[in-house]
Amino acid sequence: MTWLSNGSPSWQWFHRLGSPRWFYHRSGRWLPWLSLAALLVLLNGLVWGLAFAPEDAKQGNSFRIIYIHVPAAFLAQSGYFIMAIAGAIGLIWKMKISYMVMKSAAPIGAVLTFIALFTGAVWGKPTWGAYWVWDARITSMLILLFLYAGVIALQYAYHSVDAASKASAILALVGTVNIPIINKSVDWWYTLHQPATIKLTSAPSMHMDMFMPLLVMIVGFYLFYAVALILHTRNEILRRERKTSWVRELANAKAGR
Amino acid sequence: MARKMNSGFVAWLRRDLLLAYRRRGEVASPVLFFMMVSTLIPLGLTPEAARLGEVAAGMIWVMALLATLLSVDGMFASDYQDGSLEQMLITPQLLPLPLLGKITAHWLTTGLPLTLVSPLLGLMMSLPSAGYLPLLCSLALGTACLSLVGAVGAALTVSLRKGGLLLSLLVMPLYMPVIIFGTATVSYAVDGLNWLPPLALLGALLAASVALCPLAAAGALRVTASN
Amino acid sequence: MSVSQTPLLSVENLAFERDDSGLFSAVSWHVVAGDILQIEGANGSGKTTLLRLLTGSLQPSAGTIAYLGQSISACRYNYLTDMLYIGHQPAVKLNLTAEENLRWMVATAAKSNELSLNDALIQVGLAGYTDIPCYALSAGQHRRVALARLLISDARLWYLDEPFAAIDKQGVQFLQSCFQQHVERGGAVVLSTHQDLALSNVRKYNLSACAEQVV
Repeated sequence: MTWLSNGSPSWQWFHRLGSPRWFYHRSGRWLPWLSLAALLVLLNGLVWGLAFAPEDAKQGNSFRIIYIHVPAAFLAQSGYFIMAIAGAIGLIWKMKISYMVMKSAAPIGAVLTFIALFTGAVWGKPTWGAYWVWDARITSMLILLFLYAGVIALQYAYHSVDAASKASAILALVGTVNIPIINKSVDWWYTLHQPATIKLTSAPSMHMDMFMPLLVMIVGFYLFYAVALILHTRNEILRRERKTSWVRELANAKAGR
Repeated sequence: MARKMNSGFVAWLRRDLLLAYRRRGEVASPVLFFMMVSTLIPLGLTPEAARLGEVAAGMIWVMALLATLLSVDGMFASDYQDGSLEQMLITPQLLPLPLLGKITAHWLTTGLPLTLVSPLLGLMMSLPSAGYLPLLCSLALGTACLSLVGAVGAALTVSLRKGGLLLSLLVMPLYMPVIIFGTATVSYAVDGLNWLPPLALLGALLAASVALCPLAAAGALRVTASN
Repeated sequence: MSVSQTPLLSVENLAFERDDSGLFSAVSWHVVAGDILQIEGANGSGKTTLLRLLTGSLQPSAGTIAYLGQSISACRYNYLTDMLYIGHQPAVKLNLTAEENLRWMVATAAKSNELSLNDALIQVGLAGYTDIPCYALSAGQHRRVALARLLISDARLWYLDEPFAAIDKQGVQFLQSCFQQHVERGGAVVLSTHQDLALSNVRKYNLSACAEQVV
């Protein structure tokens, strides 16, 4: 922290961002707008994707599940990196708020990973004739779910908030280094065992009319993710700062109304 | 006698090896576990040589992984309880080096014996003859990776009373690449392909683990052991 | 030997809190060569925590610890080579003999003198026990094994957490004479104990007085 506090004004925002109180108040103002934006974009994408996008030549209507599956899988992956980056910021700059963000990001990411797996299974039945296939991407997703589970389990294993935060931050970083290795090795394993006969419609060959709603859905999921993360973090802030005067004032004000 | 400054690697390696020597019974148990579980497979699957031979490499690898996982739990546990870990954290040496010493000792007392008995298991599970050398090589490199990655998990859970099960949860996903390349080395050889590329990948994993895992374990110990 | 003006160790405004509840705050003192500082305080007042802050294995939430005028994180290597800490747990491995235990303890430390391991063990009263596995020894003897490090170490700063625990009368006397010799050689001792020492040059610091009232 010492080199940060040497009065350079460009770091002031960083410091303020590190204050849970500042974050709580500022995010309270953003939240309604962000939620509204997420809702609009998601609705738009859903209606476009489910009702107006053309049917797939081979898979028929069942392909439409990609409008949930792909964005969820996308966010599940980036969610892990967001979590790990938050953890790293906590370890390096000792910012309390980033640990709270990290803790909040873990269950959201895990749920998204589960959604991706579940929709993948539902999609797999008409496409491959089985709910579960040891496909490279599905296997990677499953391992990602395990990685999330590890971080969450470690987070709750410690009584001390400080130890829990730092230990799970280290684990998240170790996982981040490993994710590319795991994904590559699983890809490699898959090509070794499965001749490339069953291949899904890959993104680049997708028709523009199908692709645009997908893009909208991905943006919508990102917005939704931001909303969920902020909500969780605000909760966590209130829980960890419950002994401070500003949270008490807040509680009293709510109770008095 | 004047004692020269050292990196701590040799001191901790020698100490852990001596400790392992004093507790030979405990050291033997992962190997016994490895052997016993492997007898379950023909019982549960099939005694047919052809079908056993097909799954032999994968099974031996999974068993080796489980056996390592069982022993990795104790890597820091007794040191944490009797205060030696606390002493390790305040030695002037760079913490990853004493840690690397401990991890090396762990590999020498679990991974290496597992590797050495693996041909026997291969024999029992009708592994085709082309698979033996690759099995030995891949287990030698792979179990070292398992010890290194396991050390990070052990460091993260050292102060938890019921850390063992949690440790497996944390470490298992990280073990996936090792098992993929390990079994691939053997199955390449059995299929008559050049098995050096997957072995080389395993070697690359080992190199990366040697460089990174002691660092991560050191960071983890500084967090967990002081709480 | 000229006593230098910069203290060997100075602690300023040290505070420690764990999970938002303060243990102590505003702890300030300094130790020069020749000092014996006894940390007192009720159970749970943070004596062990304070000693572990001094070793650098815990980070203070506020304040500084300086070795020869330099923050201990800035001169970590020099500081740690000049420091010896014996904690609550004696760090004795039950499956090793007393001599083997002492050997690795010394091997991991940086500064040590010419005294042989065997002589050190004899001096702490373990003659005849040096090659017996430690599980056959008593708790007091385990502690003596750990304390034998004091005789071999060349570190100037000794941090001892309850060094008299489980030790008999002769042991207590011997230990106190060790302290005396150490400070005469220009070292310093910081120890936590409830026992009154028979030495004349002991300063006391009460940690309970620094306990932070948690509102």
